[in-house]
This record gives sequence, C-alpha cells and structure tokens, in this order.
Amino acid sequence: MEVKNLSFSYGESEILHKVSFKVGDGDLMCVLGPNGCGKTTLLKNILGLLTPSFGSVLINGEDVQKLSQKKLAQVMGYIPQAHTPPFPFKVFDVVLMGRTAYLSSLAQPDKKDEEIAYESLAKLNITYLKDKIYTKISGGERQLVLIARALAQQPKIMIMDEPTSSLDFGKQNIVLEHVRQLSKKGISILMVTHDPGHALFCADKVVTLKKGKLIKIGNPQDVISEESMKDMYDMDVKIARTKLADERIICVCIPVPSISEGNRSA
Amino acid sequence: MKKFILILLPSAAFLFSFAIGRYSISISQLWSTLYGHYFGTIADENLETVVFNLRLPRIFAAMLVGAALSSAGAAYQGMFKNPLVSPDILGASAGAGFGACLAIYYSQSGFVIQVSAFLFGLIAVLLAYLINLKLDYDPTVGLVLGGILISTLFSSGTGALKYFADAYDKLPVITFWLMGSLSSVNKQDLFSAMIPMLIGFIPLFLVRWRLNVLAFGEEEARTLGINTNRLRLIVIISSTLITAASVSISGMVGWIGLVIPHLARAIVGPNYRTLLPVTFILGATYLLLVDDMARCLGAVEVPLGILTSLIGVPFFILIFKNNVRGWK
Repeated sequence: MEVKNLSFSYGESEILHKVSFKVGDGDLMCVLGPNGCGKTTLLKNILGLLTPSFGSVLINGEDVQKLSQKKLAQVMGYIPQAHTPPFPFKVFDVVLMGRTAYLSSLAQPDKKDEEIAYESLAKLNITYLKDKIYTKISGGERQLVLIARALAQQPKIMIMDEPTSSLDFGKQNIVLEHVRQLSKKGISILMVTHDPGHALFCADKVVTLKKGKLIKIGNPQDVISEESMKDMYDMDVKIARTKLADERIICVCIPVPSISEGNRSA
Repeated sequence: MKKFILILLPSAAFLFSFAIGRYSISISQLWSTLYGHYFGTIADENLETVVFNLRLPRIFAAMLVGAALSSAGAAYQGMFKNPLVSPDILGASAGAGFGACLAIYYSQSGFVIQVSAFLFGLIAVLLAYLINLKLDYDPTVGLVLGGILISTLFSSGTGALKYFADAYDKLPVITFWLMGSLSSVNKQDLFSAMIPMLIGFIPLFLVRWRLNVLAFGEEEARTLGINTNRLRLIVIISSTLITAASVSISGMVGWIGLVIPHLARAIVGPNYRTLLPVTFILGATYLLLVDDMARCLGAVEVPLGILTSLIGVPFFILIFKNNVRGWK
C-alpha cells in the first residue's frame, strides 16, 4: 500500500499536508501523533471514506477512490475501536458480517462463509465466544471479535484505529500480541496508536504526524527518541532499553514526572 | 418447534377470524363455501357474500397491513440504528393522511381517497429525502430531521383541512379515516394496495442480511463492503411503498410498526435473516387479532388505530420488561 502526496482539507482548514509513505507486505506500521494531528483523517482517506483534496492512496497500484466499496473490502479490513451497536447480535453473526464483501448483493452467507467465520474465531482463540451476545462481552473480547470479523474479510491489509484504547493493561497486550502474529502471517497492518510504548512493542516501522505533516518515518528505535517525543507531546520522556534473559532487547517509553516542591525538599 | 408455532399461529388466527363476528362461519361452512365458489355448488348465497365480499378481504387486509407496517418498522430500526423508530419516521403516514383528507375534502370516491393517500405518502418521503440531500449532513440524522419537518408540514395541512371541512358532512369522515379502520375494505382496495406492497416486500427481504451490517453504522458498513447510499435508498423506497399502501387502505394505525419488531427480536434475536420473516408473521397475526376485537368488542366498531395504541402501550412495556435478547 502506498500513500502518495496526500493532502486533505475540510473547507479552508488543511488537516493533512503532503503525506507520503509506503507499507510493505507483512509490515506492521504504527502511526503516532498527538490528538488532532490528523491520524483519524489519514485512516479515513486510506479506507476510502473520505476523498483526498490532493494526492492518492494506492493499493497494488490501484487508486482506492476508483475501487468499489466491495472490492476495497476484499483487500482491506478495518478494525474500529470496540463499541456497542444498538442491537444484541450474536458474536458469530458479527464475525459472519466480515463475509459481506464476498456476497452478491441479494445473497445470504452460506456454509462456506460460516466455516471461514469460525476459522477466524479459532485463529484468535476465541471460539468460546461464538454463541455469546456481542453487547454483553467485555471490551477486550469485543475488540478481538472485531479483529476476527476483519480476518473473515481475508484482507491483505488491516487498518486499526487505536484498537487498545479503553482496554485494561493485560488485554492491551493480548490484542497487540495477536496483531504481531497477524503481521508475521503476511498481513500488512497500519495501526494508529496513542502509546509510543505500543509502537516499540510491536511495530516494524513507525510514522509520526504532527499538525497534519509527516515528521519522521523509520524503525521504532530511531523514530521514537527522547527528543522526538518531547517535540511531539511536549513532555519529558525517558527511553529505557533492557535485555531479556533470552538476549532480546526491549525498549519502553517512560514519562518523566515533573519535579514539584515536595519532591525537592525530600 | 419455533418454526412450527410461527406457521401455526397465523393459520389459527385466520380460521378463528372467520368464526367470530356478527355472522359466524364454521370451518366446515368456510370449506364448503370456498369449494362451492370455484366449483359452482353454492348452497347459501348469503354465506358466499359474507365470505368473499366482507370477511375474506378484511382478514387479508388486516394481515397484510400488520405484516407491512411491522416489516417496514423493523427495517427502519436497523437502518437508523435506533430501536425506537417506527415506519412513519420519514413522513409517509402524515403525507398519506393529508392525501386522504384532501380527497375527502373534495368529495372524492373511496378509490380516489386511497390513491391520493398513497401518492401523498410517497411525496412526503421524497420531500424528506430531498431535505436530507440539501442539508448534506450525516445521512441518518438528516433523514430523521427531514422526516420530522415534512410530517409537521403535512399534519398542519391536515389540521387546516379539518378546520375548513364541513362540520356535519366531511369532518366526521376525515376524523374516522384518521383513526384508522378496515371496516370498508373491499376486494378492489385490497388488490390495488397489494401491488405496491409486493414491490416493496421483495427487495426488503432480499437485502435483509445487509440490514445487520447497516446497524453497525455508516462507516463500518462501508468498510465491510456495502454501498450504503444504494442500500439506504432501496430500504427507503421499499418501506415507503409498503407503508403508504398500508395507510391508504387502513388509515392511521399506530404503534404496530414499533411494537412488533421488538416482540420478534425478543423471540428470535436481532439477526434480520430470521427477524424480518418472523416480524412479518407476528405483525400479520397481531393486527388480525386486534381487528377482530375492533369488529366484535361493541355494537359499534371501535376504531382500529385507537385499539392498536391502547393495546400497544401495555404490550410494549411487557415486552420491554421481560426482554433479554431484544435491546439492552
């Protein structure tokens, strides 16, 4: 997938300015940036929900704007933040909706679609949720169900909008771990995240955005530095590296507490 | 088991509805009349008249209108992502009411009243849709807004017609029409309403799986591969044909399009694949039974619209209170 010279404006105000980057096959790319930097607008342009003012988004060389909604859904899956729909659908039915793009417009999903939906649940180890009510399971489970639904689309690319927001510490990592595994299996992933730590945890590449402009693109360790985070979020952070028992090196991004009067006297 | 009950239910209600009324018809009488009508062995001509000119059209009309309003309501509830929506949300009923009153005001025949109601129902929804396009806003909010505006416009039109109508001659007719009734339905009315209803029903049933996806919202539905603008247009045109045709023969029959989808959802869950057919069957049965009550409760007919609301409100509270699968 390639984002080429993409600009987008709502009326007079420009939200995105000449953003360009590529996501290779099987890459896991994270998009980082402060609130209001244009992350969500970028996703909507990529998903074909908005039309760029200039530039384009290409998938296998084809302009997203020129593909039908159906064709697009066959190559690109979207995973929104977990939410509650107004009706209590069964989890299995929700996952089955991922097959919509493969049905002719008047058809209902058949046995084969049901098998694919079941496999998608199995890939995420959540077949036990199959007959549960989607609106009554936990937020973390709901997020996994949405990933399963996107998997049922059998896409080449997955677009995720802060899939870990509103999840507890443990669930965030379960979701990120699954995302990592998916990219290992060859699915390209573009994930918007609010936490630099998540990008350090799972990304192959990181893009940073500020005020609608692309600031940096590259490996997580290069892009997420103490200076660049200070510049983006206007706060002091410490990047710590530590070696695991099996020789792997992991990085974390720690916010530095400001020095207050109380701390100084102690 | 559930399937069996769902087929048995309307059939039982159908036979039961022949038996009750000022002229009771048993199953064996019904059979001999039906058989006799087509094979020329009629013994009792009065019976034949009652069956073919009165009871049969009325029973079919009640079932059709019930099924129609309920199905349209269910479809709209999914499309607007809101379980409290009824089929008149885009102004179809208000428009049809105005159309009927206009025809009554100008002393037109029953058939003209029906056609005028149907056409004004369509016009009202078309106007609401155009307002939505002009607003260029979130399509669901825009449509609801358009519907409210147009409903208000046509309701005031109806009010004006009532004010100017002759108080001894036309006002009562208008008032009765607006309260809803199936007492004067005949074969012609039924057939002419059935055509637009069928034209609406078929596409609605064919796209019903997609209504599920639409309930997840505009953007998600699009990323799942649905052309939402086209689907929305199909649902609106179908539901409007169904609703306007219903109102044109029954007058204002409220609440059924809101209550029955809830009942169906409580029984079979929200998946439109089964929800829509079940809503259809339950709606047909429900309105048939309520119309039986309208026929038989008193010496004079009770207006159908009043009964559906009177029964609908406690019924709704009951479903809502005990509803585990429907909406929560």
